[in-house]
Amino acid sequence: MKLTGAQMVLACLEEENVDIIFGYPGGAVLTLYDEIFKKGIKHILTRHEQGAVHAADGYARASGKTGVVFATSGPGATNLVTGIATAYMDSIPLVAITGQVAKPFIGTDAFQEADITGITMPITKHNYLVRDINELPMILKEAFHIAGTGRKGPVLIDIPKDLQVEEADFVYPHKVEISTYKPTYEGHPGQIAKASSVIRKAKRPLLYAGGGVISSAAHEELLELSRRASIPVTTTLTGMGGVPGDYELFLGMPGMHGTYAANNAINESDLLIAVGARFDDRVTGKLNTFAPQAQIIHIDIDPAEIGKNIKTHLPIVGDVKNVLKEMLKRVKPGETEQWCEKVLAWKKDYPLRYRQQAGDCLKPQYVIEELYRRTKGEAIITTDVGQHQMWAAQYYRFNNPRTLISSGGLGTMGFGFPAAMGAQMAFPEKLVICIAGDGSIQMNSQELATAVCYNIPVKIAIINNQYLGMVRQWQKFFYDGRYSQSCLAGSPDFVRLAEAYGASGFRAKSPEDVGAVIENALNTPGPVVMDFQVDPEENVLPMVAPNTSIVEMIGGEER
Amino acid sequence: MKRILAILVEDRPGVLTRVSGLFSRRGYNIQNIAVGRTMEPGISRMTVSVEADPVTVEQIVKQLNKLVNVLKVSDLTDEASVARELMLVKVKAEPGRRSDIQQMSATFRAKIIDISPDSMIIEVTGDDQKLQAFLMMMQEFGIKEIASTGKISLLRGSKITRDVRV
Repeated sequence: MKLTGAQMVLACLEEENVDIIFGYPGGAVLTLYDEIFKKGIKHILTRHEQGAVHAADGYARASGKTGVVFATSGPGATNLVTGIATAYMDSIPLVAITGQVAKPFIGTDAFQEADITGITMPITKHNYLVRDINELPMILKEAFHIAGTGRKGPVLIDIPKDLQVEEADFVYPHKVEISTYKPTYEGHPGQIAKASSVIRKAKRPLLYAGGGVISSAAHEELLELSRRASIPVTTTLTGMGGVPGDYELFLGMPGMHGTYAANNAINESDLLIAVGARFDDRVTGKLNTFAPQAQIIHIDIDPAEIGKNIKTHLPIVGDVKNVLKEMLKRVKPGETEQWCEKVLAWKKDYPLRYRQQAGDCLKPQYVIEELYRRTKGEAIITTDVGQHQMWAAQYYRFNNPRTLISSGGLGTMGFGFPAAMGAQMAFPEKLVICIAGDGSIQMNSQELATAVCYNIPVKIAIINNQYLGMVRQWQKFFYDGRYSQSCLAGSPDFVRLAEAYGASGFRAKSPEDVGAVIENALNTPGPVVMDFQVDPEENVLPMVAPNTSIVEMIGGEER
Repeated sequence: MKRILAILVEDRPGVLTRVSGLFSRRGYNIQNIAVGRTMEPGISRMTVSVEADPVTVEQIVKQLNKLVNVLKVSDLTDEASVARELMLVKVKAEPGRRSDIQQMSATFRAKIIDISPDSMIIEVTGDDQKLQAFLMMMQEFGIKEIASTGKISLLRGSKITRDVRV
């Protein structure tokens, strides 16, 4: 069967069961968009390419499927860069398809030409510039294969404009064999046996779980391991929902804004079992003070993560789910009773805390807790980046995997709202709430038009403190309170902004208003903006200063 | 510590950029690099010399292995291997000094491959030490320009690079 390049792309999406594309058309993808028109595949037109790529990312994070985004050449492609880097840092499967100027113009600084494969080389798992129409079917197949297997990640395919109209025989390859790409899925049996016996002997073991648990859907195995061997669990930001938020042995998040219990457990543990986590600096603090008494078992699908930041005593390379399953066949409970008692006492005596008194300014933490109570913990939460993100991670309890969608590695402001739209497209029936800051929301607030156009009923809760709150907090703690360029006073009236786009808006200024605003938002169809005007000077606590030990916590004192 | 890595890669556009880009963005310093063909069509061989401690080299090798176009990375440093670099040296050579240069070159088993009224080009092959020694000796005549290939390396004996376990 002969197909044009553009038809091949659409045929491939069909074969890969892609049911939605996020994108933005332009000169170098007109033929591709013409095929979308003819085929009638679902396409969400955002108002900025960055919105499209974050939406595809949010779709992927919520569903576990590969997200797909289209953009044109030059500025269309470069507008994807932040979103691709976001997906790369958090290992999210994404296929980005960009138009490129026609082959004879490549390298001539033609109109809307940018070397997007060169630009995205360090932030994609792999990328392609298609030069020969006959290679396109295999490239498409490889791209989906690479994006969605092993340690997942974004793949970009750059397709010249003229190639989209060229014709060639099309047979979609059903198998793909890349001799240079062979991820390891099964953990080494000897290592797993050794780990199981080390676990049995440990007196103070701790599970430290990251995004790999979510990515490989190993949450049940993780919980089972924790239960069966009586091992407390801490999960990173991207690992939230890896065990239920209200699980007894769950200690909350570790690291810079981690809980007293999690950080002290790391500090006193004699065996740290890292499961799909990568010892990020926001988790470890000063590396040579991290888990000083612990042997380290590190389970990860990416061999390059083993030993990258920290010396590992027992590495197991493989898919987290497979490895945990094998471990569960062998593992027996050790003597951890005293340890669990100690850790649970920390959890009880040093909880996360804040003070909300009647008549006081509204506290941001109270807003998050109310959101949790009124959604019964059943919403998919997306966040932007900053103070509100940390409060969301601290005070909302995530009982299921893929219910916290947040830019962990890159820390991308402006991610939350488009990602929420993507998550909502994956689960039209679920409640999706974007918790944003007044700074972050303004980085992609133009997508309100998209949400209204397609009636994507995302609820946005803006934690509005009139500051770039996390920047202000660092300036207060580490720069003697010189608030350089972090005040955002003069931002728009978010309720009226929502209304201008045809969405609904509600505002809360005091704790007494919060419940009603949330209820109103949940009961209003379509996209809704909630403007929570909170205490501008509230800080995220506890806090560990950068490059210090994670037990040197500011504001982690006893109740 | 100086390490020599042999990297077998698919011969595709941009592969050199992928490899060298990985070194630079992760802060590893390439001292020299040589790229050439292999026995297998479609596969090229890169020989990279890098100054790094063992932990860093392990990380470099792992990161290189993650590149989709990379077939095999081998650290040849601790293996019995031979390494050579080819250098062309242009020296000042007034008629009166030519025989001195010729004699010196013969000692280093270097070849004279071009002569002009006031200069000569000498081709010399060897390991680092030999090339450094040769350059030092040529300095007294006055070196005008040099060009070198970068180091290439093979394992001694019948073992081949693909057999090296990383």
